[in-house]
Amino acid sequence: MAAPPYLRRWAWVHKWSSLICTVFLILIFLTGLPLIFHEEIDDWLEPPHYVELPASTPRVSFDRLVSEARRVYPGYIVTSVFADDDEPQVYVWLAPSWGQYLDKPRTRRFVRFDARTGAVLDQSQPLGARRISFIGVMLRLHMDMFAGLPGALFMGSMGLLFVIAIVSGAVLYGPFMKKLDFGTVRVERGRRLKWLDLHNLLGIVTLAWALVVGATGVMNELASPLFALWRQTDVQTVLAPWREQPTPPPVEWIGVDAVYAAASKAVPGMVLTSATFPGSPFGSSHHFLLWAKGDEPLTSRLFSPVLVDARTGAALVVHMPWYLRALELSRPLHFGDYGGLPLKIIWALLTVITIVVLGSGIYLWLKKPAGAQVKARKSGDAKEAIV
Amino acid sequence: MTRSLWMIFRWPLLIAVVSSVGLVSALLGDGVWDALSWAALGIPATGLSAWCLRPLLRRGGSLGKPNILDKIGL
Repeated sequence: MAAPPYLRRWAWVHKWSSLICTVFLILIFLTGLPLIFHEEIDDWLEPPHYVELPASTPRVSFDRLVSEARRVYPGYIVTSVFADDDEPQVYVWLAPSWGQYLDKPRTRRFVRFDARTGAVLDQSQPLGARRISFIGVMLRLHMDMFAGLPGALFMGSMGLLFVIAIVSGAVLYGPFMKKLDFGTVRVERGRRLKWLDLHNLLGIVTLAWALVVGATGVMNELASPLFALWRQTDVQTVLAPWREQPTPPPVEWIGVDAVYAAASKAVPGMVLTSATFPGSPFGSSHHFLLWAKGDEPLTSRLFSPVLVDARTGAALVVHMPWYLRALELSRPLHFGDYGGLPLKIIWALLTVITIVVLGSGIYLWLKKPAGAQVKARKSGDAKEAIV
Repeated sequence: MTRSLWMIFRWPLLIAVVSSVGLVSALLGDGVWDALSWAALGIPATGLSAWCLRPLLRRGGSLGKPNILDKIGL
């Protein structure tokens, strides 16, 4: 009896979706392993040194840090300020101009300050002396293979094929297991059959995790297009009254501390992290764009954008659409960084198991016995026909 | 004997539900929620996977030949 046509179609889908993406997925999972532990690795390679101060020490004024950063890089404009809520540090980012910021990202500079003493901890190295860190290389290989947006979309489509391979694999698992108990691994009938059983078993056991990590990975690759869509819709609607007006000169701006205070009033109880300065192509010509987040485990993943008028300090909270909320939630579910070190170790173990499933999949395809298709048709074993 | 869909998928379904609880719980809170997540996701990541891989530990794998793992009931 032949396998029903619908199973043949699923078998075809599983075979080709896996074959196309497997090589890239092995790269993605191998680079993903160190990325799970990026904080630990970064701290180990470059241990942070902060002077011991009481936890109640107040943060230095942003205005002071901004003018200090301007002194370090004269002639540059300040593009954004980032106040870390994990470590007592503040980054001030600069660029020769907004045009250069967009066209030549390598001209961007930063000064890193101790948030409590105002001391300069670090600053960007001059061009040529800059080295990309180990974690930086892993991240670029993982995200876009150093190919920017096209690379990200390519890796995203590989992730989509991975999701399709998981779903089709789960569909095929049913007919495959018709005559076998759960957990059966047939060891005595050759290496290929043993690995076929292991491929199916490990695949079905890690299914939920792999599906979530795959789908959220695809979502993360879409971050740039999704934010661009939001800027062109929700943000444009809010900014419509200012569209035709030029950016006010910096002397007319209220101070950065006043901007943070105004935003804080608009989103009480939330933690303000970064502020993008007026004129930014990713913000507003007339406003500072600040990001506020909650302080609970779940709400700390959800950001609210606040626009503060550079001259008047009037604050506006911009609507976050569902697709950006989905993106925000898909970050922790992809990175595995939301449950301490034990969860990271679990993430790493599941990554290794998934690499075994991918590798055994290739092995099964390479070792496909001659005439397997014919035999499979005779025996009605649809799964045999595909691998 | 041919197994029904329920018979085939009941264990995978239970594992998927437990894994999903683990995936979500650490998002909801710290402390107990994290511990629940470690327990629930730790099942497929450690114990269950080790159980799946147990045949690799058998030498030769020839049928009916007892080895150390059979003696301890694995």
